[in-house]
Amino acid sequence: MTLQVSGASIVRGGVRTLNQVSLSVARGERVALVGHNGAGKTTLMKAVLGLWPLDEGEVSIMGEPPGSKAAQERTAYLPENVSFHPALTGREVLQMLASIRKDSASVERLLERVGIADAASRRIGTYSKGMRQRLGLAQALLAQPRLAVLDEPTSGLDPVSRNDFYKLVDELAGNGTAILISSHALTELEAKTDRIAILRNGHLVVNDTLTALRQQAGLPIKVRITANSMLTDAIAESLGGRRINGQSLELVCAPETKVKTLSRITELGSIIEDVDVIPPCLDELYQYYSAEDQQ
Amino acid sequence: MRTAFAFAANEFRISRRNRLLWASVLMMVLFSGALTLLSSGSAGNLGVDTLTAASASLATLSVYLVPLIALILSFDAIAGELERGTLALILTYPAPRFSLIFGKFLAHGATLAIALCLGYGVAAGVSLAVGSASIESAMYLLRLLGGALLLGASFLGLGYALSAWTRSTGAAAGYAIGAWLFVVVLYDVALLAGLVVDTSGGPFSKIYFPWLLIANPADAFRLVTLPSGQAAELSSGFISSAAAMSAGPLVSLLAWPVAMLVLAWMSIRRISP
Ligand SMILES: Nc1ncnc2c1ncn2[C@@H]1O[C@H](COP(=O)(O)OP(=O)(O)O)[C@@H](O)[C@H]1O
Ligand SMILES: [Mg+2]
Repeated sequence: MTLQVSGASIVRGGVRTLNQVSLSVARGERVALVGHNGAGKTTLMKAVLGLWPLDEGEVSIMGEPPGSKAAQERTAYLPENVSFHPALTGREVLQMLASIRKDSASVERLLERVGIADAASRRIGTYSKGMRQRLGLAQALLAQPRLAVLDEPTSGLDPVSRNDFYKLVDELAGNGTAILISSHALTELEAKTDRIAILRNGHLVVNDTLTALRQQAGLPIKVRITANSMLTDAIAESLGGRRINGQSLELVCAPETKVKTLSRITELGSIIEDVDVIPPCLDELYQYYSAEDQQ
Repeated sequence: MRTAFAFAANEFRISRRNRLLWASVLMMVLFSGALTLLSSGSAGNLGVDTLTAASASLATLSVYLVPLIALILSFDAIAGELERGTLALILTYPAPRFSLIFGKFLAHGATLAIALCLGYGVAAGVSLAVGSASIESAMYLLRLLGGALLLGASFLGLGYALSAWTRSTGAAAGYAIGAWLFVVVLYDVALLAGLVVDTSGGPFSKIYFPWLLIANPADAFRLVTLPSGQAAELSSGFISSAAAMSAGPLVSLLAWPVAMLVLAWMSIRRISP
């Protein structure tokens, strides 16, 4: 395991902002830390980085304690809302950080890779939020980290930048870096992470793969059928379901009856023009698990 | 050390681009030039060369100006990084916390040194142009430069300590102004008041006063850099055990920067960003 957190608790001002959290991230694995504001995502990350001491439990990064030099050399961090000094240029900041990581040779390549090479000689004061985030990611890519801790890296980014961002994260994971990434925007994480960990009031309520979570939750799946508008009423009669417009029909089924439903649809043959299967989205899953926790 | 230089390089760029370097140089040059011109008139009457007369005024000026410049350079050094979120990032890098302080110290020290060299250089130049200078007065100016750098270094360290301790640029600025006012102005007023009350030469003037005087870096700077004639005069007036005091001010002036940097280091170690 690259990162191993066992029974970690942090008490701040009499409140347990992190409560007995155990979590691990393997080599090349991407784990999403999800939870709304104040759930304890940043707290857990700072504990992992050794910035905040633990009150209980243990963290180990490739067997080293957090905050030790050996752990620091292998760990990259992108803080939430980091803003580098506006009077410096992107290149100057990256050069400074690269020299500490003894990886000055990568500066130009990384500026190119995150797409701010053209702006690298401009002061950071003139950068957009997206460019500042790209610079932040560039420093996290220095010196081939074994663990990358990214705190809400895509908040406030447009969809294109967001996609670029996840591409780089995938590349990093592809090279064997363990990735812990936090977010409160849940839908964007679909298909971009291997495992979801949901934090709620400092407790880890869920920690599993997306597929397993879907199965456990048993949330209904939606099947949307498009057909000739003359026939939708007839189809609705034979299959059940709800018309959503002239040509489309929506069926709702449990995960275990999904295949059966689909075969009934295909039996209808060529009068069906198209079929879409819509699994429950992450937001619905998140709401389900949060509600379950409250009960 | 490589890490400290990496921090220093960017910090020096920041002083340059924020016009802090420029403003410091301007302050030192303007005041030094003006004081030298003013002193050139009185130099003849006192029987000393222009540069000696000017240096005495420069010493007085520097007591106020150098701590002020040093605090302006340093007050947001740590709190600013904390507020921007960059401190949390830097502290996850494999770099000792002291290297951050030391890097900033190198850059701000260089800024201060440039301002002092140019300011005192202007004083020397103007003295040569409109009056006279000598090897002795030039040596004296060098002593002044060394003393001013140590004084500045003390206040840089104090600024970092305040910045790390308050964790907010606003509060750090407030404490910096307070510290400047206390060390440079109020402390001397209080000592004078003590002397006035204790006119009969009681224990305050005999025992405590000399030690209190050298304990303050600004006063230690005055004692170290006063021309020898004036220092003798001062010590005959106030400082009874001259032998014990002779090295005292210099030791104090050397100890202050070290003590303040240690204090700053201890303050930054307490931060969990
Ligand atoms: N410096 C602090 N001192 C005390 N409590 C804090 C501090 N920072 C955050 N908290 C509390 O810790 C909890 C978790 O915060 P955080 O980890 O920042 O949440 P998230 O990153 O998930 O939004 C919140 O209830 C917050 O109020
Ligand atoms: Mg957070």
